Amino acid sequence: MSTAIETTIKFEVFRYQPDWDEPTYQLYDVPYREDWVVLDALNYIKDTVDGTLTYRWSCRMGVCGSCGAMVNGYPKLTCAAFLSEYMPGPIRVEPLVNFNVERDLVTSIEGFMEKLESVQPWIIREDGATDDLKSEYLQTPDQHAAYQQFSMCINCLLCYAACPVSSHSDEFIGPAALALAQRYNLDTRDEGVEQRRDVILKDEGIWECSFVGECSAVCPKHVDPAGAIQQAKMTGAIDYYRRLLMPWTVKS
Amino acid sequence: MSAVDQLQHDVLVIGGGGAGLRAAIAVAQEHPDLSIGIVSKVYPMRSHTVAAEGGMAAVIKDNDSAEDHIYDTISGSDWLADQDAVEMFVEEAPRELIQLEHWGCPWSREATGHVAVRPFGGMKLQRTWFATDKTGFHVLHSLFQTCLQFPSITRYDEWFATKLLVDDGRCQGCTAIELRTGQLRPIYAKSVIIATGGFGRIFPFTTNGAIKTGDGLAIAYRAGVALKDMEFVQYHPTGLPGTGILITEASRGEGGVLRNNKGERYLADYDLGEPLPLDDPRHPQLRTMELGPRDRLSQAFIKEQEKGNTYSGPYGDYVHLDIQHLGEHRIDTKLPFVRELARNYGGIDPVTESIPVRPVVHYMMGGIDTDIEAATSLPGLYAAGECACVSINGANRLGSNSLTELVVFGARAGRNAANFAHAADPAAIDRLESQVDDERARIRRILEQPSGGERVAELRRDMTTTMEEGAGIYRTQEGIEQTYATLSDLRERFGSVDLDDRTNVYNTDLISALELDYMLEISLALAASARDRTESRGSHQRTDHPDRDDDHFLKHSLAMRGDDGTPEVSFRDVVITKWPPGSRTYGSSDQAKAATTES
Repeated sequence: MSTAIETTIKFEVFRYQPDWDEPTYQLYDVPYREDWVVLDALNYIKDTVDGTLTYRWSCRMGVCGSCGAMVNGYPKLTCAAFLSEYMPGPIRVEPLVNFNVERDLVTSIEGFMEKLESVQPWIIREDGATDDLKSEYLQTPDQHAAYQQFSMCINCLLCYAACPVSSHSDEFIGPAALALAQRYNLDTRDEGVEQRRDVILKDEGIWECSFVGECSAVCPKHVDPAGAIQQAKMTGAIDYYRRLLMPWTVKS
Repeated sequence: MSAVDQLQHDVLVIGGGGAGLRAAIAVAQEHPDLSIGIVSKVYPMRSHTVAAEGGMAAVIKDNDSAEDHIYDTISGSDWLADQDAVEMFVEEAPRELIQLEHWGCPWSREATGHVAVRPFGGMKLQRTWFATDKTGFHVLHSLFQTCLQFPSITRYDEWFATKLLVDDGRCQGCTAIELRTGQLRPIYAKSVIIATGGFGRIFPFTTNGAIKTGDGLAIAYRAGVALKDMEFVQYHPTGLPGTGILITEASRGEGGVLRNNKGERYLADYDLGEPLPLDDPRHPQLRTMELGPRDRLSQAFIKEQEKGNTYSGPYGDYVHLDIQHLGEHRIDTKLPFVRELARNYGGIDPVTESIPVRPVVHYMMGGIDTDIEAATSLPGLYAAGECACVSINGANRLGSNSLTELVVFGARAGRNAANFAHAADPAAIDRLESQVDDERARIRRILEQPSGGERVAELRRDMTTTMEEGAGIYRTQEGIEQTYATLSDLRERFGSVDLDDRTNVYNTDLISALELDYMLEISLALAASARDRTESRGSHQRTDHPDRDDDHFLKHSLAMRGDDGTPEVSFRDVVITKWPPGSRTYGSSDQAKAATTES
């Protein structure tokens, strides 16, 4: 066996189980590999040191959205956080903030699932019932480009961890779900803007959103939820004044 | 527990990826009176459909025809596909893709507003619909978000299905562990659809995510259903060394080329046609060179490696995939994910450098034996998607047929399971309770057994190592038998598995152990099938039996679980309708061949 001194990096990992009084931080030494990401280190710990460490992951290529965590206090996909960026360490890994912890790095995302459903993120068509599927709806590249960015959300929820409104309000629909609402509102194939309006505009959170843009800064897919929220507020405000001043221009 | 407290549905779907969601929506839309449950071990939008990149095949353009798509699929399968199934698949594909379009899938478009198509390997015409190079991601999220509107669908997110409940010769539900509580509960149903995806994780180097462990195959197999054509494992020719992350075939569809360490486009040496200069407007040629089928390209890599024509790196040998000539604009509009992945995980920018790539386990042609209606031999049990084997893919799947398979057969499974549920009696709960108790005891044993000293991760590593050694791209009798013996031994060792985690809440150590148990089960079926198919066809290459043998093996293998738990392999004839087995040719000789075969 080689006696060369192996470079290691220290991990401080948040540990919690429901029957514990309080969480702890557990320390692990992990061999340093230049091409490893934080997720590789977690897998190393689980496979060789401590099988009780609990976290979510699957694709390890930044698209399934499972593996978000706070890495040194910043929301990251652990599969996209390279150890080399944190040398010489230590690296502290904690569950995403603004969510309840189930165990270790696993948080409850049920609240998000309800918010997502509440914005009706599906194509709404008046002709839906008579859909004959003979041909596609036409959509030009420009029309596609208008919503494409907002369709890239992988639901990793880093934006909720970064969001100052979400930090004090469980009710706020929040960046990802609002971006997806806007994604459908901007899609030329959709006719559901009216149906989504109330749930979006009645959310006090969007008026509280101060456009600090933390959600967009942490988004690994450059979705720009802050931009989506800003657009929704603009159209919401225009809509409000139009209803007030020119009610004859507004559909029932 | 009284009947009202029981979890019960008309149709239960196991798996929340593309096929499972499509199945659930088919039931919800066409049978609003039926109650549907979806059990998924991850939140559905985490399912591995999300990672599919290149696109989805269906005939929509005027210059294309169903005949052409059928011929490409059958020849791509090395004539092991069932031709009636392929014909139906190709006929139903356009409607299913238009349905996805109407559900909001953000397909890339032509200037006219029509859906755009791109070239893909083994396809004679451009027929692959795409949403940049994140097609699977968009398909999955479109399906998942669409399914949210149906009140008849109940989701069991992060529930792990462990066993099928069978009574009176009919499938009537499953048991599943709710991860959040650790509780094992029965979920009863009149019919069940398995849509749990592939099992690339039985190999060490795979594009598949951690969840692709074949649980659905194993529980069907243990319920007495055959696993079909398990020996056919697709190696995708272009994975990133180290991580196994996929670089989509669309990169070659757009014009990317493969080069060895001499800078040569080496595929020219492997009967895949002649290379055209990159500035020739006819490049890339369909069904030629880099647009040959995946099995042939991955096999060519091994031959180049034997000749010493590959590069060496810390994660094994590799060749170069070069897309630089496409230019930054085209790469960013058509292949943005390729650039993102190559930069993040390969450390190179494909706009200015070649991407190191090597073959990587990507897709399983084999799976749960189903018929053209997605029905298994067990009444009330259906299967669709990668976990199923109809078979339309035969010995080698063509790129961009698998996403299409999810929706075509997902929808069929949904409709047929709904019809079955309409006619069926409710599950016989009283008679099934003892099976639930037995399953609870089995899992408790794994959870609580005293120290046996075996670690899940070590057994898993030994399993993947032996699979690569004996059941890789080229196989021999001796190698497969060694692998089979090692797997048998690993199954013994699994009996001494020693969990670190003996708690209930979110016990991923336990789930990993159960997944390992299932992987060992289906790996044995794979090894037995590979051992008994003494010919070479498509992705199954036996160096001791190098030729295709239609006299004996124009047949599907069927592995059944014997009474002693070991697989017993038999064979069933392939369905041939109009396309008798021919020689499988690509490149220039292909055009004449295809024309004569189809006339």
